[in-house]
Order: sequence, then structure tokens, then C-alpha cells
Amino acid sequence: MQVNKPENFNANVKKALAQTDLKMIIRRTTDKADSKRAEAVANFPEFENARTQGQKVKDHTIKYMDHYLAEFEKNALAQGTIVHWASTGEEASKIVLDICRQHKAKKVTRSKSMLGEEIGLTHAFDNSEMERIETDLAEHIIQLAGDPPSHIVWPAMHRSREDVIKLFRQFHKDPTYSEEIVDLVGSARRDLRTKFLTSDIGISGSNFLLADSGSSCTVTNEGNAELTITPPKVHIVTAGIEKLVPSMAHAVPLLRLLTRSATGAEITQYITFHNGPKRPNDADGPQECHIVLVDNGRTKMLADGMEEMLRCIRCGACMNHCVVYKHIGGHAYGSVYPGPMGSVLTPHLNSLEVANKQTHACTMNGRCEEVCPVNIPLPKLLRSLRAQSWEKKFEPLTNRFFVQAFSQVAKRPKLFQFASACGVIFMKVFSRKGWIRFMPMTSGWTRNRDLIAPSSQTFMQQYKKMKKAKSGGG
Amino acid sequence: MTESISKTDASQSSKIDFINISEKRVGLFVTCLVNAMRPSIGFASITLLEQAGCAVEVPEAQSCCGQPAFNSGDDEGTRQIAYQTIEQFEGFDYVVVPSGSCAAMIKKNFIEVFKDQPEWLARAQHLADITHELLSFLVDVCDFTPEGIALDGSYTYHDSCSGYRSLGVYEQPRKMLAKVTGLSHKPLNGHSECCGFGGTFCVKYSDISNEIVAEKTENVLATEAEYLLGGDMGCLMNMAGKLNRDGHQTIKALHTAEVLAGMTAQIVGVKNAGK
Repeated sequence: MQVNKPENFNANVKKALAQTDLKMIIRRTTDKADSKRAEAVANFPEFENARTQGQKVKDHTIKYMDHYLAEFEKNALAQGTIVHWASTGEEASKIVLDICRQHKAKKVTRSKSMLGEEIGLTHAFDNSEMERIETDLAEHIIQLAGDPPSHIVWPAMHRSREDVIKLFRQFHKDPTYSEEIVDLVGSARRDLRTKFLTSDIGISGSNFLLADSGSSCTVTNEGNAELTITPPKVHIVTAGIEKLVPSMAHAVPLLRLLTRSATGAEITQYITFHNGPKRPNDADGPQECHIVLVDNGRTKMLADGMEEMLRCIRCGACMNHCVVYKHIGGHAYGSVYPGPMGSVLTPHLNSLEVANKQTHACTMNGRCEEVCPVNIPLPKLLRSLRAQSWEKKFEPLTNRFFVQAFSQVAKRPKLFQFASACGVIFMKVFSRKGWIRFMPMTSGWTRNRDLIAPSSQTFMQQYKKMKKAKSGGG
Repeated sequence: MTESISKTDASQSSKIDFINISEKRVGLFVTCLVNAMRPSIGFASITLLEQAGCAVEVPEAQSCCGQPAFNSGDDEGTRQIAYQTIEQFEGFDYVVVPSGSCAAMIKKNFIEVFKDQPEWLARAQHLADITHELLSFLVDVCDFTPEGIALDGSYTYHDSCSGYRSLGVYEQPRKMLAKVTGLSHKPLNGHSECCGFGGTFCVKYSDISNEIVAEKTENVLATEAEYLLGGDMGCLMNMAGKLNRDGHQTIKALHTAEVLAGMTAQIVGVKNAGK
């Protein structure tokens, strides 16, 4: 599938809306996520407390980022982990590939990591001599399909079960001819198991980096992160610097929020803390451990007053509850990160010039902020990006013209009242039986809806008349 | 120039003065959609506020709350519009708005554009403190109960996003509507989900908006209610316009204030809303 670009947002949307079954496929997942999350929150009376606590932990760590990064590095080194720093995605990707080449790796297994997608690791491997094996079931599906992810928790949510059946039959060595989910999972397991054991290098992301121990935490359901990390000789972690928390105790409220907000589960099947290379008495584990700490625009977000966005724990609740996402799906955004959080992040990872349309594709209904487990004021951040975009004149000229013309009139109440009265007269020309089906300059509205015809006069005109009659009569 | 106008000047500039002597002097912010598209909501608001014991004034020099500029990212345009709104309304005891979205704009968003202007920030904050959405004001501040209103049929309720999430408007309209004789409530599936209006969003991304409102009207029709009620003209226009385009003319979209003020007889329904 051709990868959408963020600057082509409007065309991407058109394409998505034309895909008739897309909405239904998305809704299968988001509706379930929505109701399961609601249930999980209702069964967790401490949710609000955890949310406040989680926000505080994140805010504190972000504020003292330099301190905690240094502490993390010191403790990771003490465990025998090799720490790398990357200021851009490209740099991070290069560090990872260089490590793989030093070990003459032929096969690398990867457990799901949005940061890996962000830094372009998948493409970097595909353009290299090495074989990349995605071990997360959904990532496995989209790797077979050649798709980019469409959601940060369920990257293959745009693929139906029917699609998966076809893909598995086409690509698996020993495919199933059953259409039952359990058999399909079995088919993927057979395909992946041998690959886990023959992989040269395992690459994972991280949900939390614990500063006081230098360890990295992964949260998964399939156990694929554990199988990615343990058998190969080398383990590489790629993580954004905002994943830092001071200690395991600080990660706990965030873990409780993360699983409930993402899937509605109290806890996932696996929460693993990885503590560097295998020690002499350990039964298993990698012989060499690397961690690549990635900035890629994060410190700039801090400098730009977008620090609230760095709280994000990538649960996906904002997109599951977004009316726009639910209709256009993740690919339309043209970014690794779709939906409300993506519309805030993409302008920083890419540029506002190419990703400003996404900031406008929002009704400002506030649902994303309401469900965000760390209280990120997403609508406020989106609006502040609109303000930046307005300053830089990225909007189409016609939009700017209409908004400015409106403001010029609205700041002069008398003129505004006069213009409203004229507008009513104009609209009456196109009114038929109380409705306007078509009117010049309103195609944005009348393309899909009728417009209620106005009364014969504005409120203010009628009100003035009434007042006059009253004072005359009294 | 504008800075020199004090609070008392502003209140004196509101020339309209009803004889009703009351403790609550309320300035009605009509909103541009009600002003142009549905004046009956404005008159219903006056009726209800007066019944609730308020002295209502409608400053003639009013325009829009500034959302089109604000949501487009035009902070300067927003300030230009906000200056005169603050001047016109800051002298009242209360400012009441028959729209959750416009009320939230004044209550929550004005202060955002005055971060660097301390004097205006203080005035914007004061205006925010005295501004209320109509339906919540009637219940929460006036403890108002409608009396002698009858309407046969059933209604379903759309909770507009700004009113519901920013201002906590939920129980108030339902509580008042429960007092309307003959009117029953049919709960709406996804009652607080966005209808896809979103101000400029619905024209900028008309096709996405259409998908969203189609889902909304599907839920509305599933209730089989005769009336679709809400507290925001924008959302009502969006849903009613979609219903009409799709040929569903039996359900009537009305503002809650119109029902509570007993003005439904004048408004025959969606189909004849414009008369």
C-alpha cells in the first residue's frame, strides 16, 4: 500500500471516506475499546487519583529531565548496558543499524515500538541487507500487507479478519485453512516461533525507563517482547527521552492508567522490566544490551511550551474516542501518530507547514482531553498550533480571507448587526418552504445538509421594534 | 481609547431598561446564530429569564463571541472582537448566553488571548466569572422551575460538547423539561458525542462532518422521538439540516428554551422553522 503523506491530508481523507468498509472495520475495534475502557474506569475508583498522580510524575520528570537522564545513564551503565544518544530519528536509526552490522546480523526481530516507526527503523532495515521480522501479531500482519500502522495500539486495525485470512494463506509456510481466530493466531505462532530462536538481534521499544535502576519496562499481551529480547545475543532498546520516570514506584500509577486506557484491561499479560545484559547466574538473557535514547524534537517541544504533550503514554484513548479518527482512520493523517495526539506530535516531528491541516480536522469537542489518562489538554494544544500556523500564514488564502473579513465586521457591532440583517435578506432569496438547499458561497454546508431558513428579520431588528412599541405604549 | 471605559460607563451604555425591578441584572448575549437564524430562541430566553426573576437587558451593540477567529488560530482577531464584548457586558450582574459553545468561549477562552495584557486579562476574567449558559443559569443560579407548560410527545436530547464538557450542562435541561406536561424523554444513544458541527469545521471538512452527523441523526431517529432538543443552535442546525436533507421531516429540532417558554406553537417544526 502506498504510504500517505501528512501534507496530502485532504486527499488522504477523501480516499479514506471513499473506502466504504473502513469505518465499520475501525468501529469494531474502537467501539469495543470505548466500552471496555469505560468499564475499567468505572471499576477503578482511584482512577482520578491515579490520573492526578500520573500527571504529576510525568510533569516532575519532564521538569527535571536533565537530572533523570543523567541518573538513568549512570545506572544503565552500571548494569552493563551501553547507552547511546540520538538527537534525530535518522541518527537513532543509524546507531541501531551500525550495532547490527558490527555483529554481522542477518536477521533481526522487533517487538512493537511506535518510536521505532517514528525514527524510520522499519524502512532503514528494509533498505538494508538484513531481514526485519516483526513479532507483534498486528505488526506481523501489516508487515505482510506492506502497510504502515494505522493506530498506535492496534496498528493493523484497518485490516479485517478476511484480509488477515488471505495474507496468512499467502505468506505462511504452514497456513491454516480454518477461519477461527485461535487457528489464525496458531498459524502466526508457527511462522514466528522459529524466527525468534534464530534471530541475531532483538529490538524493542520501552514503555517506561526507570532512572533509579537504569531498566526499561515493556507492556505487552503476546509475550513477543520477551521472546524478542531473550534468545538473541544482542538486545537494543530504542526509547524517547520522555519515557523516563524516577523509579518503579512512579511507573505504577502510570501502568494502571495505561492498560485501562488502552484496552480496558486491569493489567496486561506481560509487564517486564529489562535490566541490562545477562549476569553470571542468570538462566538466560542477551549478552549485550544497548539503549538508544532519542530526542527527535522532544526538547524542542519543551522549549516551545508543548511540555504537556510529553506526558503522553501512548495509550491511544484519544483516537479511540475521536469522532474524526473513527471516520477517517489512522492512515489519513499521514503520520506514525494519528488522531488527536498525532495531530499535536506530527508538526513537531515533521513540520507545522506540512502537518497543519490535521490540527484543523478537529471539532474541539473535548472528548480526547476527557479520556486522556494524564490530562493532556489536547484541544488547547491543537488550537495553539493553529495560532502558530495562522502567524506563519500556512492556511489557504481563502480561509484567511473569510476569517479576517468576519473578524473585521464582528469587531464593529453596528456593522455586524447590519451585515446580519443583509445576510437574512440574502438567505430569504434562496429559501423554499423554510429551508435552503443551495446558496452561493455556502457549498461547504449545503453539499451535505440543508440550511434552516431564517426568520424575516434578525432578533435585534425584532427586539428594537418590540421595545419601541413598548415604550410608545407605556 | 477602549481601556478608558469603566464598568459603570459600560452599564450606563446599555440603554434598554425594563421596569421589572429585580436583584439580578442580566445582560443577554444573543449569539450570532440566534440573531440571524432563529430569533425565537432569543425571545424565549428573555421570557424564561424574566420568569426566573431577572431584569433582562439586551445591549444592542453586540456581535459574535469570536469563535470563528479563535478556532482558526487568529488571536488578534479574537481580541478585537472580545474588547467590545467585554466593554458591553462587564457591568452586568450576570451575562447569560443561550448557547453552551458561545458561553464557554467567553467563560474559558477569552482569558487565553489576553495572557500578555494584564488589564484586559482581569476584565476578561471578571466577564468569565459572571457569564453563564442559559439552561444551567436558570437552574443553578435562579432555581427556576417552569410552570404551566405543556407539549405532547417525546423528546430526545443532544448534549452539545462545550456545554456538556466545559460547563457541565447535563441535568439542568432535563430537570426543567421533566416539568413540561405531556412530554416524555427518550434517551439518545451517544447523547454526548459530537454531532460534527464544530463551527468552521463543518464547512472546512464538510465530508467528515457529514459522516459524523449521519451517525448522530441515525441515533436520533432510532429513538423515535418527536422532538430533538438541545441548547446550541449550531448543533441543532447541523442535525436538523441533515435530517431534512435525508427526508426525515417528522422530527422537530428545537432549542430547549423554545419549549420551556411555551413557544413551540409558533414554531410549527423543523420543516417550517423559517415560517
